[in-house]
Amino acid sequence: MNNEYILSLIQQDKRVDERKLDQYREIKVETKISKNAEGSARCKIGDTEVLVGVKMDIGEPYTDSPDEGTIIVTAELSPIASPLFELGPPGQQATELARIVDRGIRESKAIDFKKLCIKEGEKIWMIFIDIYPLNDDGNLIDASVLASLAALKNAKFPKIKDDKVVFGEFTDKKLELTKLPVTLTFGKINDKILVDLNSKEESVIDARLSISVYDENIHAMQKGGDKVITLEDVEKMIDLAIKKEKELRSSIK
Amino acid sequence: MASYDKRFSGRKFDEMREIEAKVNIIKRADGSALFRIGETIAIAAVYGPRELHPRFLQNPETGILRCNYDMASFSVPERKKPGPTRRGVEISLVTEKALLPVVELKQFPNAVVDVFIQIIQANSGTRCAGISAAALALAHAGIPMKDLVSAVSVGKVGNKILIDLDKDEEDFDDSTDIPVAITGRKKEITLLQLDGNITKKELIEAIKLAKDGCEKINKIQQKALKDAYKSEENE
Repeated sequence: MNNEYILSLIQQDKRVDERKLDQYREIKVETKISKNAEGSARCKIGDTEVLVGVKMDIGEPYTDSPDEGTIIVTAELSPIASPLFELGPPGQQATELARIVDRGIRESKAIDFKKLCIKEGEKIWMIFIDIYPLNDDGNLIDASVLASLAALKNAKFPKIKDDKVVFGEFTDKKLELTKLPVTLTFGKINDKILVDLNSKEESVIDARLSISVYDENIHAMQKGGDKVITLEDVEKMIDLAIKKEKELRSSIK
Repeated sequence: MASYDKRFSGRKFDEMREIEAKVNIIKRADGSALFRIGETIAIAAVYGPRELHPRFLQNPETGILRCNYDMASFSVPERKKPGPTRRGVEISLVTEKALLPVVELKQFPNAVVDVFIQIIQANSGTRCAGISAAALALAHAGIPMKDLVSAVSVGKVGNKILIDLDKDEEDFDDSTDIPVAITGRKKEITLLQLDGNITKKELIEAIKLAKDGCEKINKIQQKALKDAYKSEENE
């Protein structure tokens, strides 16, 4: 399927998989997919599939926030998920993906970092959110955010003995997630705006904008892609993000 | 929400810090520039077009742009460990995307244009200063460009929408930081990031403020380029 064909369809408001421009593929979120993780989830958006595991450990706070725990998000774009991914340390794309997920959760204050403090200035909870795409058919960002939120939502603190984590043993205490800030990523091709691009569409877009939104408040944004966007594009994308945020959120039980 | 009636620095809400721009500051490079906004100083050097290694990255249809953003260990109050960070990797990427729409590299197949950005003193707005410096350095290197790019951060501090946040404002409770880069003539957006909490209406107001700021930066960049060629004529 060549790029010109994909583009010509979009010009007529059609898509290769017969969706509308503002229509997501089917979203499925499943939790507790790996039993050694404190929390875990799988998110599928169409053929795109992302696994996220949450692990927790005790660490020392940063000097500038002695009474706050923290989150640490990493993404590994393993060659298992796409012929375009290669072995090796996280590159630009993996780093960007992890940081977009991090900022949506951090900036919305979905997790109260103060509640992750164990002893001020000495011990805090570090929440590791590790993202593993299993199949990249586009829109890894939105899928990674949904999987991360679902994994956090079902995460339980591990047991502690002598100030150390007893790995593999969990308490009944849940990690408190006060809100579910979803991220919606838009693509721009010529004058058309699309949601939830598949991998073929991603390879032809001009520009991309990811918007993290909760209850009409915008908490993080990131523009990607090789070309420009206009203020009008940004307005349209925000309107769509606000219109569709509930739909995305409803996939997390 | 905390109110913020007067800026710590005494600036007006639509007032940027003092700006200084200079090109030709690194003779060895093919193009170079310094961009200072208040206490934030970015230096950019351009090397290329030159042969791209490793070879498998070469593109026979076009030259590629490669940007690297780095903060000097001494640029911040508490020493930053030298070397790449995840933040730096991401900023390098968005910097590249901010400049790519204006550079014309089709005539340089298999080649690379390298842009190295070093922050030597930091008081917020470093990625934007880096982009403004890099655009100048690219123009100074004679890389074919459709337009210049200027960048500035805007945001919300307390209940106010304002331009060019400094560190005190960035650290203010619940502040929102929005780095924006805009092209000179068509006023199109090439960089847009956001951290914080803001409504659509406020965001649009902030981006408009960024447009005004970038227009001013664009004039300063143009003057820096013109001044450089004037002084060359006099030599």
